[in-house]
Amino acid sequence: MNLPTFRGGIHPPESKFLTENKEIEMLVPKGELVYPMSQHLGAPCAPIVKKGDKVLVGQKIADTDAFVSAPIMSSVSGVVKEIGNRMTISGAIETCVVVESDGQFEHAASLLPHKDFRELEPSECIKIIREAGLVGMGGATFPTHVKLSPPPGKKIKWIIVNGAECEPFLNCDNRLMIEHPEPIIGGLKICLHIFPEAEGVIAVENNKPEAIKRLTGELSEHTAKIRVAPHDVKYPQGAEKMLIYTVTGQEIPPGALPAEVGCLVLNVSTLAHIWYAVTDGIPVLDRIISVTGDAVASPKNIIAPLGTSVRELVDAAGGFSCEPAKILSGGPMMGISMRSIDVPIVKGTSGILALSPKSAPTFEESNCIRCGRCVSACPMGLWPSALDKAVRLRQYSVFEQNGGMNCIECGSCTYACPSRRFLTQTCRDGKSGVMAERRKQKEGAKK
Amino acid sequence: MNNPLVIASSPHIRAETNTRKIMANVIGALVPAGVASVYFFGPRAVAVVAVCVASCVISEAVWQKLSGKKTTVSDLSAALTGLLLAYNLPPTIPLWMGAIGGAFAMIIVKHFFGGLGQNIINPALAGRAMMLSCWPVAMTTWTLDGVSGPTPLAVIKLSEGTLPSLVDMLIGHVGGCIGETSSVALLLGGAYLIWKGIISWRIPVVYIITVALLSALFGRSGGPVTEMLSGGLILGAFYMATDYVTSPMTPPGQIVFAFGCGLIASLIRAFGGYPEGVSYSILIMNLAVPIIDRLTPPRVLGEAKRHASK
Repeated sequence: MNLPTFRGGIHPPESKFLTENKEIEMLVPKGELVYPMSQHLGAPCAPIVKKGDKVLVGQKIADTDAFVSAPIMSSVSGVVKEIGNRMTISGAIETCVVVESDGQFEHAASLLPHKDFRELEPSECIKIIREAGLVGMGGATFPTHVKLSPPPGKKIKWIIVNGAECEPFLNCDNRLMIEHPEPIIGGLKICLHIFPEAEGVIAVENNKPEAIKRLTGELSEHTAKIRVAPHDVKYPQGAEKMLIYTVTGQEIPPGALPAEVGCLVLNVSTLAHIWYAVTDGIPVLDRIISVTGDAVASPKNIIAPLGTSVRELVDAAGGFSCEPAKILSGGPMMGISMRSIDVPIVKGTSGILALSPKSAPTFEESNCIRCGRCVSACPMGLWPSALDKAVRLRQYSVFEQNGGMNCIECGSCTYACPSRRFLTQTCRDGKSGVMAERRKQKEGAKK
Repeated sequence: MNNPLVIASSPHIRAETNTRKIMANVIGALVPAGVASVYFFGPRAVAVVAVCVASCVISEAVWQKLSGKKTTVSDLSAALTGLLLAYNLPPTIPLWMGAIGGAFAMIIVKHFFGGLGQNIINPALAGRAMMLSCWPVAMTTWTLDGVSGPTPLAVIKLSEGTLPSLVDMLIGHVGGCIGETSSVALLLGGAYLIWKGIISWRIPVVYIITVALLSALFGRSGGPVTEMLSGGLILGAFYMATDYVTSPMTPPGQIVFAFGCGLIASLIRAFGGYPEGVSYSILIMNLAVPIIDRLTPPRVLGEAKRHASK
């Protein structure tokens, strides 16, 4: 059987077995919860509570007027203990609202439940989604209401649901699909209500047969416009551009948005939260996280309130089985190295991956042998070794001419390189180098 | 947690393979041909191989030591160059000549240009070309079963003597360089490299088919099968033209490169002064690699057409 797939890509060891069959467990946090003001792409929020304020579960504690942003709610009831600088999961220091939980989980009546979303106007749905603080829960954290408001005149023909979960180790989306397929299909129905001309396609990698079975089981004659599409197992299948290609056969022109080719891509978890927000009136308060890796004693999938400390998650998974050399937020391909585990989880935290020294070696670069493995691995059709060379020579214009700005930083080239060259990393440098030169030019033009 | 955590940029995992493993696999793939050559040419073949490998490895180590660079002989690339150089020499070559050829290949062809990955032509073939111009007699004296005789290609070129049987050409019971005569052993190793994903089929297949078709077109007397099995074609097509450093990186580029190799080798064989053209065809096409690379970039996803710009 030929399943849909794309050009390039790699097959890293899946390492999913650690948490694949682990039912999602709930974690009740103790003590304080920390909410960074920037949990999404776009403008950071500003606190709308003060120290000493009493807050309830679901109460908005930070917001902004900026369009590309999403409000932040308290995930517990308690008292605002502090508003100040704390370290976040990326290692940056940011303004955070700290809430001391009273353990009561008293809910605020912030959003109204709507038992039948069909009675709502699409614009009302989008408004609720914004108020619920929804962002792309796959990890990109792009505000969902912005995604659901494509430029006028762009007809949305496909709503692609990303259940690929191509990152090794992670199972948060897989477990959601297995244990809670209804809200995913429900969220998709809401999106199809907003875009009545679209069809919904749920893309799942074929290494998740249980998820495919459960989702398919939810389909009925009322879901004629929804289908589940098993995909070939290859990293980075879950990248937006790859999904659009495999589902619709279209390639997004460089720099264009998915709406340009009639697509919207939403993660399964985002859809489930859309359903909870619109029908139950529950904003984004928690998320599912795979706590895994060979340095974790008892790897688990945990649903935890946002703001919970990573340390509590690790403790809930039995603590460390050996001293970890590296701890990642996310998977091994695109995850970020953490400096400390005393940081809060945020909307985009899909996994906590603790690796033993054996699984987290450091790599030494050697000369490029021009083997071309990076070229065959790049799903974007770039020439990573040539881009790498340009960046190292600070030739940012050459980097740009060769399409470097199209790099999606998936890491496939670096993974494949036998000379262990840091190709993805230099591409990142190249992209910021080009941005810096553009800014300089803009400033020069102003003068 | 007592030790600080490692902070690194993603990705955090790497594929199993590395430069050393790739080189080791190519060396392994060349072993059957080496065994065949010892069988047909005797222990003398082993001596030539040993001298060439030692010369390359020592030259690289000494050069890197003297120039204050990190010693990288453990990546096995120098050993592979030595092995390939030896495979391109007659078994009777004086050992000191092999040693000089190895040093030339390493220092002048590889390290003068910046070392691994930077050289523009294949070091082993350049070493052989240098030796051919310095010691033409020693380099073209072919002995088989203790008797000097012409190679099959020399028979075709000079129209004298008789061609060996196809079976002899397949197993390697013909006059020629140490590692080039046993087509079966070379094909076995080549198939292994393709199976392991170390080389692609494109360069060897396009190269060999081009030579077969053009030799028929040029009306060569031996016929296409003889042309494919004789000289260094199989050795060159599977092991030398596929050298990563000196061949194009993209699939279309590799096809252009292989066709060019086939064309030049056929022209030399049919119309040139030498009976054999494989070495020079690869060396000449090596020089064309930068321009081929520039003209055959991969197509960026979503871009209709790309203009050469590098």
